[in-house]
Amino acid sequence: MTKRTVTLLCLLMALAVLAAISMASGRVWVPLHQWLDTSDPRQAIIFDLRLPRTLLAIVIGAALGVSGAAMQGYTRNPLADPGALGVSSMAALGAVLTLYLGAGAAAPWITATAAMSGALIAVFLLLALSGQASSIVTFILAGVILQTVAGAGVALALSLAPNPWAVSEIVSWLMGSLADRSNADLALVAPLILVGWGLLALTGRGLDALTLGDTGARSLGINMAATRWCLALGVALTAGASVAVTGVIGFVGLIVPHLLRPLVGATPSGLLVPSAIGGAVLVLAADILVRLTPAATEVRLGVAMAVLGGPFFFGLLLSLRKRIA
Amino acid sequence: MNDLDAREVSVRLGTRQVLGGVSARFVAGQVTAIVGPNGAGKSTLLTCLAGLRVANSGEVSLGPRSLASLSPRARARQIAFIAQTPEVAWSLEARILVGLGRIPHIGARGLSSADNHAIERAMAAAGVTDLADRDVTTLSGGERARVLIARALAGEPDWLLADEPLAGLDPGHQLDAAELFRQLAHDQGRGVVITLHDLTLAARMADRVLILADGVVLADGPVATSFTPDILAKAYGVHTHSSQGRGGPMIEILERTHEP
Repeated sequence: MTKRTVTLLCLLMALAVLAAISMASGRVWVPLHQWLDTSDPRQAIIFDLRLPRTLLAIVIGAALGVSGAAMQGYTRNPLADPGALGVSSMAALGAVLTLYLGAGAAAPWITATAAMSGALIAVFLLLALSGQASSIVTFILAGVILQTVAGAGVALALSLAPNPWAVSEIVSWLMGSLADRSNADLALVAPLILVGWGLLALTGRGLDALTLGDTGARSLGINMAATRWCLALGVALTAGASVAVTGVIGFVGLIVPHLLRPLVGATPSGLLVPSAIGGAVLVLAADILVRLTPAATEVRLGVAMAVLGGPFFFGLLLSLRKRIA
Repeated sequence: MNDLDAREVSVRLGTRQVLGGVSARFVAGQVTAIVGPNGAGKSTLLTCLAGLRVANSGEVSLGPRSLASLSPRARARQIAFIAQTPEVAWSLEARILVGLGRIPHIGARGLSSADNHAIERAMAAAGVTDLADRDVTTLSGGERARVLIARALAGEPDWLLADEPLAGLDPGHQLDAAELFRQLAHDQGRGVVITLHDLTLAARMADRVLILADGVVLADGPVATSFTPDILAKAYGVHTHSSQGRGGPMIEILERTHEP
């Protein structure tokens, strides 16, 4: 067995174990053998609360992992990630505007659409702002600009919010969480993310060819315009839909491909599937952790990921010093 | 194999006319060297020939068909291109990097055994078999240049277009690479077009040289008729002296004539 196969098997096993733990654990501990006991009222907790939460963690973790891996492949930049480059922030801005205007309450798909539109705009701005050359620094700067603009937009919405409840709703949602999500939320985003995965999978060969740069990829017969569209729409669907349901959960797309590269190889197309599974494992594990952390109110998942991801991002930056200079 | 034919190719970048109506026919089975001073339009012409840049006017055709009418994939199967400063983004094993050259050929199921054979042959031809398992980002400049030549050969193209492939190679590996290009052309009937700055090297390895200056063709033909002191003086603004060295023609650069 190759290192890659072993890694994939380990990840899948970890995912299965974590999924079982996620179903069983929380404020109310429900051991496995009681799940199917219909007379037990705890069954409602399992199937109406924890099942969607677990599945959402898997779907969204995988979405963030793949979109990070694809963005890194396209930009040839190991620091690319929907969170770090402002795509999630722009999606959040889109979603916040609907929450602010009250349209989000009218129909959940409005928030999702707004978030995906925000993400799409962000991806295109990112590609335009950083131009054809894929210098790490220009990408990071483009991301900083997007983050700042999106942050300012959100701040504006908050300061103009009609009532304190709207503010608290927006703020708590922004922090990113999987708590109290329903099967309806899952049904809303799963198809969108599925389509996004499909689009990102189509970019695989183009991402490999891009290892040789833009000219190199075109000389290998890659249709760059098609690759760019698949990537932009794929990231917008996966990252945008994730943000629409869970708020901003950053750093997943940054950490996972980076950790997996030494284990499964750096070929960008070969990194997509492992990053999906790895992302699911990471988000699920983090979500279990925040659920079990003893605190008066649950620690927000997005906050926990930031605590984890911030230092990681910093360390990565330091290790890349030579390439950036 | 089809000839590569440029007809009245003009390229404008911004306000600058980089190529002003270049016409040249490149014949398979020959090594053609494109030489000329900095900024003459050598790289631009090469990217036009590779179908990677669309000329503002004029066209390039491969045999009976215009390059622009070929699908990118069909074009990539026939023409391999090596950029001047090739980028390698990830730390991949050399074998995997060479395998990227098969991208125009592979189907949905990834590399077939035929693909793997082509990769091994390409690495053997470029003399990088012993580097196969090395991480390309740890290779020296010369080693990486040879791996990238293998990458281009892996696609088994009819045409190999390379922008300064010999720059950065030591004299021994320059000879090896020059010999490889000649073999590809003479023994396998492929077309090889390279740009280079070393006139002596060009004179020894090329069957034909094309001299570009200011985006127009100054000379196009065998070394003997192209590399005359007059033409070289016009192209580079230097006096030269050609002589017959032990290994072939030698072109000595004497002094500047005037500012070109």
